[in-house]
Amino acid sequence: MSTTVPGRIWALYRDGFRSMTVGRSLWALIIIKLVIFFAVLKLFFFPDILGTEYDNDTDRAAAVRMSLADGAGSLTETNQ
Amino acid sequence: MNDLLGVVDWSRAQFALTAMYHWLFVPLTIGLSVIVALMETIYVRTGNARWKGITQFWMTLFGINFACGVATGLILEFEFGTNWSNYSWFVGDIFGAPLAIEGILAFFMEATFVAVMFFGWNKVSRGFHLASSWLTALGVSLSAYWILVANSWMQYPVGCDFDPAQMRNVMTDFMAVAFSPVAVNKFFHAVFSGWTLAGVFVIGVSSWLLWRRSNVEAAKSSIRVGAWVGLAGILLTLWTGHGSAVEVARVQPMKLAAMEGLYRGSNGQSLVGVGVLKPESSRTADDPMSFSIDIPCGLSLLVYGNTTGFVPGIDDIIDGVTVNAQGDSIHGPSYADRIVMGKEARKALGDYEAARKAGDTAAMESAAARVQAYYSNFGFGYLPSPEAAVPNVGLTFYSFRVMVMAGGYLLVFILLVLFLSYRCNKWLENKWICLLGLLSIAVVWVCSQSGWIVAEVGRQPWVIQDLMPTSAAISGISKSWVQTTFWIFAAIFTGLLIAEMSIMLRFIGRSVKRDIENPKH
Repeated sequence: MSTTVPGRIWALYRDGFRSMTVGRSLWALIIIKLVIFFAVLKLFFFPDILGTEYDNDTDRAAAVRMSLADGAGSLTETNQ
Repeated sequence: MNDLLGVVDWSRAQFALTAMYHWLFVPLTIGLSVIVALMETIYVRTGNARWKGITQFWMTLFGINFACGVATGLILEFEFGTNWSNYSWFVGDIFGAPLAIEGILAFFMEATFVAVMFFGWNKVSRGFHLASSWLTALGVSLSAYWILVANSWMQYPVGCDFDPAQMRNVMTDFMAVAFSPVAVNKFFHAVFSGWTLAGVFVIGVSSWLLWRRSNVEAAKSSIRVGAWVGLAGILLTLWTGHGSAVEVARVQPMKLAAMEGLYRGSNGQSLVGVGVLKPESSRTADDPMSFSIDIPCGLSLLVYGNTTGFVPGIDDIIDGVTVNAQGDSIHGPSYADRIVMGKEARKALGDYEAARKAGDTAAMESAAARVQAYYSNFGFGYLPSPEAAVPNVGLTFYSFRVMVMAGGYLLVFILLVLFLSYRCNKWLENKWICLLGLLSIAVVWVCSQSGWIVAEVGRQPWVIQDLMPTSAAISGISKSWVQTTFWIFAAIFTGLLIAEMSIMLRFIGRSVKRDIENPKH
């Protein structure tokens, strides 16, 4: 068993992960969640609109300015 | 226009779904971390090994909930970039800074000390382990703090200047953003409500163990700790709730008026204890309620601490009536005037863009100065009428009353449990008391979610108070796209919730057959 601080930290995590019971299901759940969120939702359904449609911050600022100055339209009664 | 409406409404529904799902886990994590740390403190101070077993039981439930809630908030950030790109750009660094601090704190503090909590039994000293448990609790709360700072800035935008060139609000005073009274109050209100929720959760789960005649002593010991934390939580929630009401009256008077269904205010304004609003079509400013039991002067007392202060109603606020520091009514610009000024700010912004394209620096500076002059009313430029600035009164009014009534019930319930726990704890094994404990778990979650409905529906139509209405925050995406992702989320969240609940219930179910106070390790 290592007596150095990094070695003891490594052993803490290694032994901890090995002795998990409920934790195994939880890690499986977390990994499934992250895969769904990042590999599916973020990749295919949630692009960064301004980041992908415009090349630089000046263009992004101009797009938002145009949208807020003229393009966004009026608020409606149902927006409550 | 109809498509824009649909995009706004569906995006709001999607955001609400995600936020409410996220908030199922957060308050329990906040509160349970404190309860676990308290239980471990009892173990370390007494040296009684049964408390180690009890601590480990609740720590496992904390871990399950922590794992279930982790990353669910990330979806909200996805939505900012896709559905709310105008908003995301407009708030820029002000929103980004607190979220970045939260991310760093969450990653380093929680990841480090949660690992010691779970993996460090018999590996590190008792004192270090206990410190890790408390630091985890602190880290969880600090993470919540920065999220609530970001949320509070939307409700009370301070510490910033608007730069038309960047088209962003630029932070000028970090301390004003980080320690605005709205943020501080909201933080304590949310954290203490988490203590209440976790306390009731502990009582409820323990009641189930008592129902099954399993681990009776461990359950009763847990109930005592849960009830004390729950009592502290609910009393402090009441106190900070009062602080929140005072802040809402100051910075979001329209929200307060909607919470009360108040259209015409008065000096010595009464508080609606119990009431039913008339249908919107037959509701009038002078007679909005079908039925109500009022507390005389209650609202003035709540807001100003005296029985004579003026509390403006919805129509007063639209007419420009505000209140000075002494609680006297004064006249400012009406909402109709503010709409004119807001439209002027929007027009100036368009002029700025035209000048920028033409390369006319002098015209840009002139337009920027006009934007600045009217900026405090910028958001009003999107309103078709003053009445569009009124939130959904019914939903805000009833959500507030559900929250208050559920909170009142929980206070009585926790006091009852504490009384039984110390005076006749055999009664805690009574089936009806156990059933009440189990049902209270549902009540406390309803209470918690209702509070957020009041906070978020009541501030509509603003995504940033007075500066940006929700409809202007939206991206140029199609309604069908948002509908698709809404239903995908609904399916995923339902599946995840079932998986998460089954893990938690299976663990609780298995505990019936084992001795919590004497675990194997």
